Parts: sequence; C-alpha cells; structure tokens
Amino acid sequence: MSGKSRRDFLKTSAVIGAGVAGFSKSVKAAPKNVLSEDRMGVLVDTTVCVGCRNCEWACKTAHDLPAGELTSYEKRDILKTKRRPDVHALTVVNEFSHGKNSSLPIDVKVQCMHCDHPACVSACIVGAFSKQENGAVIWDTDKCIGCRYCMAACPFQVPAFEYEKALNPNIMKCDFCFNRTKEGKLPACVSICPFEALTYGIRTDLVKIARERIKRNPERYVDHILGEYEVGGTSWMYLSSKDFAELDFPKLKSNPAPGVSESIQHGIFAYFVPPVSLYALLGGIMWITKHRKEISEEETL
Amino acid sequence: MSHEAVHPVPLQRKYFTPGVLILCAIALNGIVFLLGRFFFGIGSVTNLNNQFPWGIWIGVDVAAGVALAAGGFTTAALGHVMHREEYHAIVRPALLTAMLGYTFVAMGVFVDIGRWYFIWHPLIMWNGSSALFEVGICVMIYLTVLYIEFLPVITERFIGKVKLPGGLSFLNKPIDKLLRILDNWLSKAMFIFIIAGVVLSTLHQSSLGTLMVIAGPKMHPLWQTPILPLLFLLSAISVGFPMVIFESLIASRSLGLKPEMHILSKLGSMIAPLLGVYLAFKLGDMFIRETFVYLKEFTTASVMFSIELLFGVVIPLRMFLSPKVLKSPPLLFTASALVVFGVFLNRINNFVVAYTPPYVVKSYFPSFGEISVTVGFVAMLVLLYRFVVLNFPVISLPSDQPAIRTKYTIRGGKQ
Repeated sequence: MSGKSRRDFLKTSAVIGAGVAGFSKSVKAAPKNVLSEDRMGVLVDTTVCVGCRNCEWACKTAHDLPAGELTSYEKRDILKTKRRPDVHALTVVNEFSHGKNSSLPIDVKVQCMHCDHPACVSACIVGAFSKQENGAVIWDTDKCIGCRYCMAACPFQVPAFEYEKALNPNIMKCDFCFNRTKEGKLPACVSICPFEALTYGIRTDLVKIARERIKRNPERYVDHILGEYEVGGTSWMYLSSKDFAELDFPKLKSNPAPGVSESIQHGIFAYFVPPVSLYALLGGIMWITKHRKEISEEETL
Repeated sequence: MSHEAVHPVPLQRKYFTPGVLILCAIALNGIVFLLGRFFFGIGSVTNLNNQFPWGIWIGVDVAAGVALAAGGFTTAALGHVMHREEYHAIVRPALLTAMLGYTFVAMGVFVDIGRWYFIWHPLIMWNGSSALFEVGICVMIYLTVLYIEFLPVITERFIGKVKLPGGLSFLNKPIDKLLRILDNWLSKAMFIFIIAGVVLSTLHQSSLGTLMVIAGPKMHPLWQTPILPLLFLLSAISVGFPMVIFESLIASRSLGLKPEMHILSKLGSMIAPLLGVYLAFKLGDMFIRETFVYLKEFTTASVMFSIELLFGVVIPLRMFLSPKVLKSPPLLFTASALVVFGVFLNRINNFVVAYTPPYVVKSYFPSFGEISVTVGFVAMLVLLYRFVVLNFPVISLPSDQPAIRTKYTIRGGKQ
C-alpha cells in the first residue's frame, strides 16, 4: 500500500466522521450561486414611504392577480392589521406606530427579499427555484411538485402556496418582476411609487447610497442597512428610523441561510465516498462473519 | 447449517374478526377525507397554511413512519450482515413491516405534495444540495430494495403451487419455472440488496434529520442543532429492535401464538446500549449548546421535550437494563412501547412542535381530516399486514421436526 492511498483512506474516514457529525470543513459547501457583480436590488426607505399601497395594486396588475380599482387602496383601515404576502398579494404594506418621536406612522413594504444565498434555492427538491444573474430569485412551475419545503426553509417566511387548488397549485412570491426587467422596464412597484421610497439599482451602488443617507441624516436613520449582511445579503434592503425588530423583521445572523444544512449534505455525499465506504465495510463484515460461521460449523461436524 | 426453529408458514386464521371490521371502518373514514383532498385541494382537508406548510402528514406519516420502519434495516444488519441466525425468525416479520411502512411513507408524501402527479420529478430533476432530494431518492430506491428483499417470500409461496384457473392452466409450468429461476438468482444476489438496504437506510434516516436544519431560527433551540442528522440516525437505530418486539408481541397476541420470548429477550438486551448512546448525544448536545435554560420555562416546547426524553429514553433505558423486564412479556412490551412512543414524539416535536415561524397568524393543530387520513393509513397498514401473514410464509411457528431450509438465507459470494 503506497503512502498516497493510505492518506486517501484516512481522508475518507475523516470525511465520514465529519460528515455524519455535521462539522465538515474539508468538503466544499454550497454550489456557487450565480452572483453577478452587477446584480440589481431595491433600497426601501421606510422613512419616505407613506403607505399609499399603490405598489400593492401595481404588483397585482403586473402579475394578473385581481387588483380592483386603484382608488380602493386609499382606505387605510386595512393597515390596522398586520398582513403577510400570500397568494392574493405578493407584496403588502404594514404600518407601525413611530413611538414617542413623531405621530407619523412608519410604513413597511413586505415582499421576497431575493437573498444572495437563498434557502429556497438550496432546499427545493427539484431545483425549481433559481437565483438569476440580475438578482431575482424565481420559481419554475414546470418543475415544482408542491412539497412546500421552500416555505419551511425561507427565513423571511415569504413563499405562499395555493392550498385551495386541487390541480396545479402554485408557489407564489415576488419574482422581482422578472418578465418586466428582462425588457428593460422597472419592477412594477418601483415604477408606480409616487415618493421614490423604492430605489432600483445595482446592489453595490444601493449600499453606497444607503450609507450616504445614514451619514447625512444620522438622526433620521438607525445605523443599520437591513439586508446588507443578513443571511449573507439580500437584493432588497431597508432603511429605517427605528430598530428593525420593532418593525417585525426577524432577527437574522449574517451566515447564509442554507449554510450548515448544505455542509452536512455535501459531507455525507462527498463524491459518494462515505456511502460506498459504508457499503464496503458492511460487505466485509458480512463476509467475515459468514466465513467464521462456516469454520465453526466444520469444527462441530 | 442449523435452521432449528425457523419455519415460516402462512397462518391458518379467519381474516375477518370484530377488530378487523373496526380497522376497515377507520380506513374507510380516512379514504373519504383523502378523496376530499384530491378533489378540493389540500386546504379543504388540512389546517395547513402559509405559516405552517408542514403538518402531521409529514411529521407522522413520513418522519415517524420512516423511523418506526427502522426494524427492517436493523434486523437485516443483525441477522444477515452479522450472520446471527438465531434472529432469523424475526427478520421476515420486520421486513414485512418495513416494506409496508415505507409503502405508506410514500403514500403520505404522495397525498401531501400539492402536485402528486409530478412525484417522479426528483428522479430526473436533481438538486444535490437539498436534504429533501436525498431523502426522496433514498426512500424510492430503498422501497424498491425492500420489495426485492421480499420476493423470496413470494417465490417460496408459489413454487410448486402455481394453479391458474381453467384456460390459463397451460401457463402453470412456465410460471413455475420462471419463479424457480428468479428464486435461484435471488438467493445468489440477495446479499447485494441486503447491504444496499442498510446503507440506504443509514443515509436517509440521517438526512431526515438534516431536513429541518435549514429552517434555522424557525425551529425551537431545544431541537435545532447541527447534529440533528446524527440524532435522527441514532434514534432510528435504537427504535429498530423495540419496534420489532412491540410488533411481535402484538402480532402473537392477535394471532394467538406463543410470544417468541427466547429471541425477544435477547433482542431486548441489546437495546439499552443503543439507547444509551442516543441519550448521551442528546444530553451532550443540550449541555454544549446550553439549551437546558429553556427547560426552566413552562412552555409546550419544554414540556414536550421533557416527556420525549424522560418517557421515551430515560425510563425505557432503565427498564431494559433489568433482567426481570427482559424475561416478562408485559414489561418488555411496556419498555418497547415507551421507546416507540419516544421516537414517535421526537419526530412530531421536530417537525411540528419545534416549528415556530416568525409571523404566526393562527397556530397549527391538525384538523379532523388530517388525523383521519393518518389514522386511516395506519389501519390500512395493519389490515395489509394481516392479509400477508395469513397468505404468505412470514411468521415462523416453533416446530420440533427439522424445518426445511428457508429460502431467505444469504449466501456469500461463492456457491
């Protein structure tokens, strides 16, 4: 046995151990996402948003969902309840009280964050989700089997499922207006926003803009761009005058959402070495015990 | 080769009894709700929503189902890989339960996914980073392996006994010949499938634990840990033998046979170390991550975790250490049932109780329809089990006369 193969064997055993324990560093984690330097994003300035909900209407219209009259969105009663994006609305605006500083409320638009390392893309059993070069995380209806693992995986609890449909239920979420941006148009919500609370642009530029705004108005903003680092960075980012936890954002760390799960997965399956080794090991045990039994039987005869 | 007491035969019993009729009613009730699910959508039958995408159909039918079918691969490893032939009498019943168990796991997935007609998609659309993909593929292959492992029972039942009615009788001889060729081939190649079955089981039993790792902070810290796959594998291994004992004692009671205590006691004596390893990792994980602080609070999570650990692991572990328990059928049954209950609860805890999404509009509790379908599946499983043991040679009757060699022995490479 040469030194090399012995080393390989040791490496293999280490991988088995590490993989099972879930602490594999020797194996490569996550497959590379398509992360273009020029990927787009949106900066949501919640200090500018007035909660007109025009974006909700534009979003529904752009996605062929029943939208109703634009004027019907002027009623503000609905802002009293906290809503989540669902199969009827891919984006919603929620309102929070500002607290002691001001009587003006804070309005927060909610939609898919379009993570740079999306949990849904990692989780999907058939790879129906994908991170596009322009930053959008989109879903492919031709692949989806409706298992809803994406919903269990999403740290922002965004994907919704058509529970009432018996045939071809869809997973519904913001697609960053993929079909519009392909043609050079703005996302529907960005294009309709009357106060420019939403800024569409290259993500790296948006981070600079956001930093600049915080620097210029330190009393207006908390020093935190939500989405810059959360779960490894998201295409949609937020500025706020208040701690994000008070605006119902989940507290998330900066490691990518799929992280550990993918390391475990790739550890157990590192080039199929661990399963094949286990197979060989069991085969060996089977052969030895069989052999031993034959010997003992011969002796007793 | 010694084959003293191993002599599986189809049991001579009437199929229908009052208990069987009750099971039929429960199964029918489940089927009614299943029809509702297929005609009116998942939302019409379940309490699932966008906050809680997975309920008991995943937590019980799939996760607990896979774990409790672990008797198949654990006894295969013991009886065939380690050649402990004294256990051969229980390998077939365990194999049958695993085969039926996994069949219903597949059924559970089939009814839970929104687009059931695309269930074959993972076969050609791969996502290597998805734990669910791994579980799906492994379960599909393992189910096939289980059917292959069961084939010798079919060939044994029909070789020399093929009697097709009337016009088809000319096929009797060719079919018999075919069965003999199949049987011959199987007895030579079976070791490949046996080992594959054990490997596939360890893989997907652990990957089932990886499933919820990606849910990250949405899962209660008492359960969320990077060693979830290891805990799932260890608990699956330690529930394998208790499940076999549990089933064997129920089956012998229900079929009026003498419990095979000489085998079951020996099997029981191996459970304590396995449970001990599982407990050590579970406690170690708790102390390293310092999650015991959550046990001081009185919440659903802390109560469920304590029940799972105390009644599902600690108490049965102590019981299995006592020789008195190992010799007494009722005590052995109780201890085994506790382990089964513990792992069952653990899977529900991991997939349902621990899942606390950030935005909860309405908390989840399974609907009557969901429970009906789950209970209905269990009833169907028991009915099928009864049908198979009454018609195929699965259960061994102790006999003094030299038994015929079982077709199911595994021969090594030669011969």
